[in-house]
Amino acid sequence: MTTIEQVAAGVGTSTTRVEALDKVTGAARYAGEYPLDDLAHGVVVTSTIGRGRVVDVDADAVLALPGVLGVLHHGNALRLADAGDATLLLLQDERVAHHGAVVALVVASSLEGARAGAESLQVTYAEDSHDTQFAAEHPDMFVPDHVNPAFDTETVVGDVDAQVSAADVVVEATYVTPVQQNMAMEPHATTATWQGDDLTVYDSNQGAASVLQALVKLFGLERSQVHVLSEHVGGGFGSKGSARVPVVLASMAARILDRPVRVTLTRQQMFSLVGYRTPTIQDVRLAADSTGQLTAVDHLAYSQTSTVLEFAEQTAVVSRMMYATPALRSRHRLVALDVPTPRWMRAPGEAPGSFALESAMDELAEACGVDPIELRLRNEPSVEPESGMRFSSRNLVACLRQGARSFGWHDRDPAVRRRRDGRWLLGSGVAAATYPARSAPSTAAVTAEPDGGFTVRVTASDIGTGARTALTLVASDALQVPAAQVRVLIGNSDFGQAMIAGGSMGTSSWTWAVVDACRELRSQLVGQVIPPEGITARADTAGQVKAMTKVARHAFGAHFAEVAVDELTGEVRVRRMLGVFAAGRIVNPLTARSQLIGGITMGLSTALFEESLLDHASGDYVNHDLAGYHIATHADVPDIDVSWVDEVDDEVNPAGVKGIGELGIVGVPAAVANAVWHATGVRHRQLPISPDRVIAARE
Amino acid sequence: MTATGHRSHVTLRVNGEQHRLNLDHRTTLLDALREHLDLTGSKKGCDHGQCGACTVLVDGRRSNACLLLAVAVQGREITTIEGLAAGGALHPMQQAFIDHDGLQCGYCTPGQICSAVAMLDEAARGWPSAVTTDLAATGVTLDPAEIRERMSGNLCRCGAYVNIVTAVSEAAGTRS
Repeated sequence: MTTIEQVAAGVGTSTTRVEALDKVTGAARYAGEYPLDDLAHGVVVTSTIGRGRVVDVDADAVLALPGVLGVLHHGNALRLADAGDATLLLLQDERVAHHGAVVALVVASSLEGARAGAESLQVTYAEDSHDTQFAAEHPDMFVPDHVNPAFDTETVVGDVDAQVSAADVVVEATYVTPVQQNMAMEPHATTATWQGDDLTVYDSNQGAASVLQALVKLFGLERSQVHVLSEHVGGGFGSKGSARVPVVLASMAARILDRPVRVTLTRQQMFSLVGYRTPTIQDVRLAADSTGQLTAVDHLAYSQTSTVLEFAEQTAVVSRMMYATPALRSRHRLVALDVPTPRWMRAPGEAPGSFALESAMDELAEACGVDPIELRLRNEPSVEPESGMRFSSRNLVACLRQGARSFGWHDRDPAVRRRRDGRWLLGSGVAAATYPARSAPSTAAVTAEPDGGFTVRVTASDIGTGARTALTLVASDALQVPAAQVRVLIGNSDFGQAMIAGGSMGTSSWTWAVVDACRELRSQLVGQVIPPEGITARADTAGQVKAMTKVARHAFGAHFAEVAVDELTGEVRVRRMLGVFAAGRIVNPLTARSQLIGGITMGLSTALFEESLLDHASGDYVNHDLAGYHIATHADVPDIDVSWVDEVDDEVNPAGVKGIGELGIVGVPAAVANAVWHATGVRHRQLPISPDRVIAARE
Repeated sequence: MTATGHRSHVTLRVNGEQHRLNLDHRTTLLDALREHLDLTGSKKGCDHGQCGACTVLVDGRRSNACLLLAVAVQGREITTIEGLAAGGALHPMQQAFIDHDGLQCGYCTPGQICSAVAMLDEAARGWPSAVTTDLAATGVTLDPAEIRERMSGNLCRCGAYVNIVTAVSEAAGTRS
């Protein structure tokens, strides 16, 4: 056994990513980079109409081109079984549900040949009129049965209308957020190959076990026949949270053509085929007494879905747990339009919802003449407002106080338009952050090897989070051996069922199973000589997760932003940002800091730049590439500082961790918008706060 | 270069080695590297010169490999991320990215590193950028504002920019 001193350099110690060397040398291989013998290339053809049906696909002309091996379309595709996700039932009928939907796949022996074939494929359509106009007053707005993933659509506590009528102060406003696109840097890709009836896919996803489940159902296979490999994944942010188009089409084409096939989406296709964040319209009413004590919170959120699959963003759920109030109502409305299907994007629900709630809180602070931090302190709940459950831990107050000190908040003049730097108006703003700290069932296996090392196998996914490294540290602690003796293998569905890297539940779920397996292994190892095949212990947390006590588990944080606004050009620059978080045990401070800064960076990007604009005439996005859809660049991002408060929460999971993948983005747009108000005196209730909107607001 | 129909025999010099390939005229340098030489370190993030993930060095200057046709870069000295670590030792820029965690998912990383290496050379030559205040100065001091401006052709969606700027400052010797 090793000494405790060696073990101490585990959880809580800044540790370089296990795969950092592979990533800086180009050795790390992603899904579309496996050079299989006889590999063919598939290029997706998408619809050019907004709604209708395919009448004819002129495959023969394309099959005559050099190197073209096949043209898959609804007339010749393999029949797929429903896997509970209608967006995966590709090429099954002639229906076209929206612009940019899959209508064919051209496969050729070379990438150039497949691309030329796809570009020249003549598809004849019967076009129907389409409706892409999202509006709160849309006549087809309905009340969804539930919102993502399984929250009540509506909740009511107390009498909101009575409280509003009796209140000293009422803030009532509508907030608007646009379509935002995940835009992971690695386009969705799959390399698929069959050996007899066994399917192996190298796939870019956030959870190989989840993709396996989809393939088993779609193709009618046994679990043992499917192998999903995802060693390195170039980002996902929710868009790779379950099986997507390439894995279905590559698997199908490889089956039909009896040779390995790779399908990689183009950047342009990612705008209509892999999910995005729904636009939202949010009506928020806050009522309070003259001191700012809330008496009512009323949050009504509208969003869109497609006609293919119902996805209802849980936009107003954040208002159910943030602030104490005797009356609380949260509601959702949804409309199914002829648009691509929205899915998860980093902090679904909380990200758009907190823009509205945290902006409204700033407006309430202004209306009551109370400092916005003080306002939040006055409305700090003792239990979760909507459910009445106690919090396993809630350290929002500590985040606000520590952040205020570090940021220099107390020197701030609350009056607007007071600070100037040449042509720039300066202002600062604050907003709270939160995200649920949940766990889901996972399995893991740990093997003691004869050479003294340990191998951990878990179907985790490292999409840039540092999961591989975090799991190494946690296993090292649980085994009480130095991290150098622990090898963590992930991204392989053969390792068994596990949670995806999503909902900020990856690390919490995987570490639970890994810790259990490590503890079991240690008990098995007592007095044992390790045989050549090693000794393996397994764990499955399904029972424990199901048996968790009912308690409110959330992570919290506070964002501080300083902005500069040029009212002549309309340009908004974020000059500095600080985020302070309370997220349980921080496993690897180095990568945690990076991930939280990354969330803030994406939040800044959505605050100022990101907006996918739909052309209602065609049903297509006007700005469907990275030139037109601007995501924050180096030049847009200033120094961002993050820190966290000490938080011990032994009720979340054995490792005491809360996920941090999404927490960082929540509240950032509100902090920026509140800072722009402080700088200019103008409230921006619509994202992004682009130059045209700043200029229009000035006039 | 001999051409037959839509293909040609092409000799590419990559990371100091000559490669004789029979390529489709439509093959980009990026696809030649990735699909024909199995040098997959250069990434395809957009294939339109909009993201910088495919950045390689062509005769020492940074270029988007997705915007160059392979047949057009014969005789040029091409360096990819795989060729930066000479003799097994990491390039100081690669080491700085590791030391400052200037990466997350890793997909933009090779492009960021290649871009940064060439950018240091541009600054050393005194090439100004949009934020350079003294255009008459002989050298450029790579402060964070200069680095951010000059690296803005390389997108990162994970949001590693803050750490990348620190890493580049370290490699440039301007880290305060």
